Amino acid sequence: MAGEGAENGRDDMIIDGSGADQQRQNNLIFDGVNVNYLKLYYGKLFPHADVFKWMSYGNDGKHPGCDHSYFGRREFSFTLDNDIYLRFQSFSGLSEMENSIREKCPFKIDIGPVYSVDPARRHAYAQGSDNVFTPVERELIFDIDMSDYDDVRYCCSGADVCLDCWPLMTVAIKVLDSALRDDFGFNHILWVYSGRRGVHCWVCDGKARRLNNEQRAAIADYFRVYKGNENSHKMVSLLGQALHPFLVRAHNEVLKIFFEEKLLSTQNLLLDEDRYEKILGMIPDESITSELRGKWADNRRSKEDINVVRWQQLKHMLQSGKQKLHLRRCVEEIVFSFTYPRLDMEVSRHMNHLLKAPFCVHPKTGRVCIPIDPNCCEDFDPTAVPTLSKILEELNTEGSRKEGDNEWDRTSLGDSVRYFRSSFLQPLLKSCKEEIESSYSAKLQESKNSLNW
Amino acid sequence: MEGLRSHRKPAEADDVVPTLPLYLSAPALQVRLEDFELYAVDRLRVLKEISDGLSRGKKSDEMENLVRELWKLHMSHPHASEVVNKDIISHFVLRLVYCRTEELRKWFLSMETSLFRYRFRSETHEAQRALMAEFHLPYKTVTSAEYENVKDKLSQVARSTGQSLSSGDGIFYKVPFEEVPELVAGRRVYIQKGQAYVAMNQVVSLVVTQFRFLLSKALVLTNRKWTTMIREQEKDRLTPLVESLSSSYLGPDYSQPREFTEISLKDIDQVAKSSFPLCMRHLFEKLREDHHLKHGGRMQLGLFLKGVGLKLDDALAFWKAEFSRKFGAERFDKEYAYSIRHNYGKEGKRTDYTPYSCQKIISSMPGVGDHHGCPYRHFSEENLRAALGRMGVGSRALEDVMEKVRNKHYQLACTLTFEAVHGTSYVAGINHPNQYFSDSKKTLESRNNANTA
Repeated sequence: MAGEGAENGRDDMIIDGSGADQQRQNNLIFDGVNVNYLKLYYGKLFPHADVFKWMSYGNDGKHPGCDHSYFGRREFSFTLDNDIYLRFQSFSGLSEMENSIREKCPFKIDIGPVYSVDPARRHAYAQGSDNVFTPVERELIFDIDMSDYDDVRYCCSGADVCLDCWPLMTVAIKVLDSALRDDFGFNHILWVYSGRRGVHCWVCDGKARRLNNEQRAAIADYFRVYKGNENSHKMVSLLGQALHPFLVRAHNEVLKIFFEEKLLSTQNLLLDEDRYEKILGMIPDESITSELRGKWADNRRSKEDINVVRWQQLKHMLQSGKQKLHLRRCVEEIVFSFTYPRLDMEVSRHMNHLLKAPFCVHPKTGRVCIPIDPNCCEDFDPTAVPTLSKILEELNTEGSRKEGDNEWDRTSLGDSVRYFRSSFLQPLLKSCKEEIESSYSAKLQESKNSLNW
Repeated sequence: MEGLRSHRKPAEADDVVPTLPLYLSAPALQVRLEDFELYAVDRLRVLKEISDGLSRGKKSDEMENLVRELWKLHMSHPHASEVVNKDIISHFVLRLVYCRTEELRKWFLSMETSLFRYRFRSETHEAQRALMAEFHLPYKTVTSAEYENVKDKLSQVARSTGQSLSSGDGIFYKVPFEEVPELVAGRRVYIQKGQAYVAMNQVVSLVVTQFRFLLSKALVLTNRKWTTMIREQEKDRLTPLVESLSSSYLGPDYSQPREFTEISLKDIDQVAKSSFPLCMRHLFEKLREDHHLKHGGRMQLGLFLKGVGLKLDDALAFWKAEFSRKFGAERFDKEYAYSIRHNYGKEGKRTDYTPYSCQKIISSMPGVGDHHGCPYRHFSEENLRAALGRMGVGSRALEDVMEKVRNKHYQLACTLTFEAVHGTSYVAGINHPNQYFSDSKKTLESRNNANTA
């Protein structure tokens, strides 16, 4: 659903990549999501202060190097109950943000870029000929959506996910997370369940937030291996004498194991003619494919999983020493085609793409968009993510406690907020503080030097 | 960045003088008015041919050869001492010519940058290092100890791009990945913790980034000078010259439909069949079939239809009729109508966007689920043959078209298709889908007139 909104203008932006999330129709109550429940959620459970701390990146402190206008230049946008869409909301601080969210009770909160000026007052700046209203910072974001995997999963399609196809997301997280850290040197990365059928990634290092569009596009392209589509037959072409080290690592450490040990059997990739023809279509050698067809025509039952047996036969034929390089490479191409992460490229390319805030409640599923720990993402179960009605119930049965306690602590949201704080927010704020201090002292030094002149 | 050039013969003693100027400041030279124009036209010929070469999808090595030949053909001068002057003067004249609108600046910037890129590649490593020094690029080479550590990875990357490690003289620069976006995007460098290892034969990317940055800034400044001073001062001498030079070469942009090509909704299916080029026909059919197109397809087809003469209201009705079958009318109004009005300059920054040219379409990169792009380039042979068959291209002509495709002459392939479908010869050559359309209409109309007469 890449960039279903308009693109590229200055004040026309792209709505959250998981665009189909907005397929919501009017006035329906979804799995217990209604305005009254949301009011309670925003009133008692939504971690306003944590979101504020995060979006301030240390600029809410007392250090003279802090930029106090920083948080106020961030765009938020709200989707309200009756499909009213409010763009360019901005807040001077925590209490203003919290009050606005509680009062408006948005079904969805999107986070946009930090602009050069307060986005709520953008019109005041639009008079001059120079366009001063422009995005200046934005997290590097990624959006991966299960509906883009429809041609490689047989269990579900469209918006549905199950435990058989969800591991494709786990694989995507593993491949991207390690490359973002090891290759690009980023440290502050937040993965979030999008509430229904995908994941979002927020890369929050200062260096990432200040990338320009060309650099963002370059990173997105670095991750791109899908060159073709159904018009060109081949989804993945791996050319050259060798693979790039990033692809080698992704293949050897994640994709190959996942494909052979899980996906082959769970999706029954070679079960019947329809399915294996799709894979044979990726092998550009008639004699090999017809020999395999011959072997597979006879559908004898054996103890072993038929998918695994056939895959071994296919590999054996393609990888025998006498085959040419492009045929041996075919095995890897098949693995990549079925397992390599499929990014919504448009989301990552531009600074001005909006993305749904963590801890929102998905209006269709009622599930909270909670963070996913990339270090144990294989344990994440989208069907077990707390729903709004569940946590509100937990809140009720626990009875009321004394004021000032963290309400979320008593619900199944607790673990998620704790993870967000300890593994993401605290290390992030620590490095923000260091960055603010060092750039401030550098500035002081500079002005001293210029005085000496 | 292909090709081995470590053993290239060092430059001859008499052209050690840098042959590749950086055009950092305007020359204080006396120029005769005839030379002013002659030099500029010669350079324009080079730029124009570069543009053609790029739109045919020529590879780097082919481009390098092409540029070398073009340069020899058009930019030589009987007096050796004049060669550099001709280079510099023609560049600065064209700066004046192409500084005057965003569209002109973009074209000039991209062609001059390509020219610089391929001339730089033709230089010896010694000359390249000298040019890097002239740009004051602060990068350090990788020490031999460090080199040993990452040697395996570097060699993997080199082989993945079809080279060997020795082709760069073993010299590598360590550069923040942000500075070499094109190398990152193509996975042509090894990146570790944010640092890209740039081989000596890749420094062209670093230098080109710098060149483009400086020229882009200079063009904006030149434009300011042009509008505030030069245009008026030179209104009897240079101004007419400058104004005629640019229009003679860019060709029509098809942003305004010709009066005879206006089409209405009821004819659109008929017209699509008879007069759309394959790229648009394919999008059109896919839209009718799937009731949806992804962003790239909506842009390519939408702007084409605008150029064809579909009025905004008709365009809205057209897209709505299809999209609402899949998403409902309400969602269309909410999410898609905006982008159509945007294409027509009625939203956002209110630019009247121009339809895509062949060059732009050929160089696009359609991904999974996309249908835009140039079928001659992006379809598999099998799919292309089938599509051409459906267009009514006979088997003899079909082989001719495929021959052009194999040689990457996509626009010639399209031209041959035009000839086969219309049963006439067509010498102009297709450069723009809207050109295909309007010439098709013209051909068909004159035939109708002949029949009725």
